[in-house]
Amino acid sequence: MNTPLVIGGVELGSRLFLGTGKFGSPSLMRKSLAASGTQLVTVALRRVRTDGATDDILSHLEPERYRLLPNTSGVRDRREAILAAELAREALHTNWLKLEIHPDPKYLMPDPIETLAATEELARRGFVVLPYVHADPVLCRQLAEAGAAAVMPLGAPIGSNRGLSSRAFLEIILAQRQVPVVIDAGLGAPSHAAEAMEMGADAVLVNTAIATAVDPVRMANAFAQAVEAGRQGYQAGLPAQETVAHASSPLTAFLTERPA
Amino acid sequence: MTFAELWSKHDFGERAACIAAKTANDVRRALRRGRGELSLDDLAALLSPAAVPFLEEMAALSQQRTVERFGRTMQLYAPLYLSNICGNICTYCGFSADNRIARIVLDDEQILAEADALTAMGLQHVLLLTGESPRVGADYLAHALRVLRPRFASLSCEVQPLSVDDYVRLASEGMNAVMVYQETYDPQTYPRHHLRGPKSDMKYRLETPDRLGEAGIKKMGLGALYGLSDWRAEAWFVGLHVRYLENRFWRSRLSISFPRLRPHEGGDQQALKSFDERDLVQAMCAFRLLSQEVELSLSTRESARFRNHAFRLGFTAMSAGSRTNPGGYSSKPESLEQFAVDDSRSPAEVAQFLRSQGYEPVWKDWDLTYDGQAPAPAAVTAPAC
Repeated sequence: MNTPLVIGGVELGSRLFLGTGKFGSPSLMRKSLAASGTQLVTVALRRVRTDGATDDILSHLEPERYRLLPNTSGVRDRREAILAAELAREALHTNWLKLEIHPDPKYLMPDPIETLAATEELARRGFVVLPYVHADPVLCRQLAEAGAAAVMPLGAPIGSNRGLSSRAFLEIILAQRQVPVVIDAGLGAPSHAAEAMEMGADAVLVNTAIATAVDPVRMANAFAQAVEAGRQGYQAGLPAQETVAHASSPLTAFLTERPA
Repeated sequence: MTFAELWSKHDFGERAACIAAKTANDVRRALRRGRGELSLDDLAALLSPAAVPFLEEMAALSQQRTVERFGRTMQLYAPLYLSNICGNICTYCGFSADNRIARIVLDDEQILAEADALTAMGLQHVLLLTGESPRVGADYLAHALRVLRPRFASLSCEVQPLSVDDYVRLASEGMNAVMVYQETYDPQTYPRHHLRGPKSDMKYRLETPDRLGEAGIKKMGLGALYGLSDWRAEAWFVGLHVRYLENRFWRSRLSISFPRLRPHEGGDQQALKSFDERDLVQAMCAFRLLSQEVELSLSTRESARFRNHAFRLGFTAMSAGSRTNPGGYSSKPESLEQFAVDDSRSPAEVAQFLRSQGYEPVWKDWDLTYDGQAPAPAAVTAPAC
């Protein structure tokens, strides 16, 4: 049965979340979002005009169609993250927040210590916090306890298109999840998204692979189908993968056989 | 070890000779390396004459890796010259103290007039520039930042080298990036072009990015002024500087610019070393292959034709509509420009061209909130969630 995804008390029909960066034009972004069937899109606060001026991104997002998930990409510590979150809440009229704290501009690795501290504070202030983190099972448990509405562990470094490089750790996170798990970053092909969903991820977030594709609209559609197929595969119950071969002539059969 | 100490271990002339000796096989080896795997020796190969026949391949790889990282987007920004007062005598600069030109330091009213003109053009990222003088030191800059802060999303500076304490103070006023170009890494050439004034201290300038890092400045801009010495070696030393800063100050973003000498008041054009458009493209692509994340900036010093073709090869930011004289946006020029602008199109025209090429012009990619500032936001017309 296809149970809906619920985050922060809100039911989401699509398990594919999209980013809005890197598109060659706002109209291409709009068409790609439509083709993906997504209902949740993340927007970098730093790209949004917060001074009341007409905004290049927001003016192309249909409010009845998409829930906004502002993200704090660019902040380096908990203090900046909390300032950015408050500005996002006031300017964009939402208490949802994708918390991204990466002090390292080269690999954009999330800072687990600052992220945990900021999650605690933001949850206390009434935000629906979705923190972007390493595929760290202990950290994901701590974040859930700190009040995160979902956790967003990375499949691979942002923009790397490497797929589920962190698979072994994601399996543990999924096995012990207390809040929805959204696999974010590194999904470079629809098959990666399908694999994540087959593992039991609650949702995936994709940006680079769609926005930088030769045909972003078609790629968005491909991801939508992959997410749906992966989810159905997970729910249908994938057959267990055997690690030991079953010999057609059992090696120990002689113990029970009568001598010829 | 400071960068000046690292720099002193490398002989400029020997490095130039080493680059000149690179072979096609060295270039092929560098091009085969994956993202993030290139060494400074690979950079030398890509900057060498041996790489010229591979320029198309370099451009294709550079474009691909730029789109992966930054998408089909281009940040637009403009310089805001606050003053042309300068105590330095530099052979290549229109602001040189020995040039008999009208000198000006913008006051609050003039600064705001410039800000109005820039915001009317849609600009949100502004680079503040001054010459080198105590009159336009940290106190003046802190005040200017305070005046401008509510108007723009990002304020950066290209001003005289300052102390760590001064940088910390200016960051607290909303400055998020500092550009400080070494001009030349060649110790033989540097004193020939920086004849008098504080800028004649080459070591102090070499160590300026170290001070920026110590002050926690979020973005540092590097570059050489191409045309003063052997460009291939200059570019390699910029690469050495990038690697050093990446390792030591890993929290700071880096950007590289490619200023080349252009005509200016009082300049000695005969002294220029060759650095043509093909060389600029080769250097830019080499840096992109060295670092997928470094930001690369394309100046209005270059022609519209060149910019229209080159922007997609790896650049991530372009200046547009630039005026290089103080007060140049809001009043008739009363002071001479620092250098001649070649691409005189307005920001709107540049943006329109980018859109026609399938690129999204990005006017805002920062927020003062990220600088620890907390302006009271106006509610925008946003979807209700």
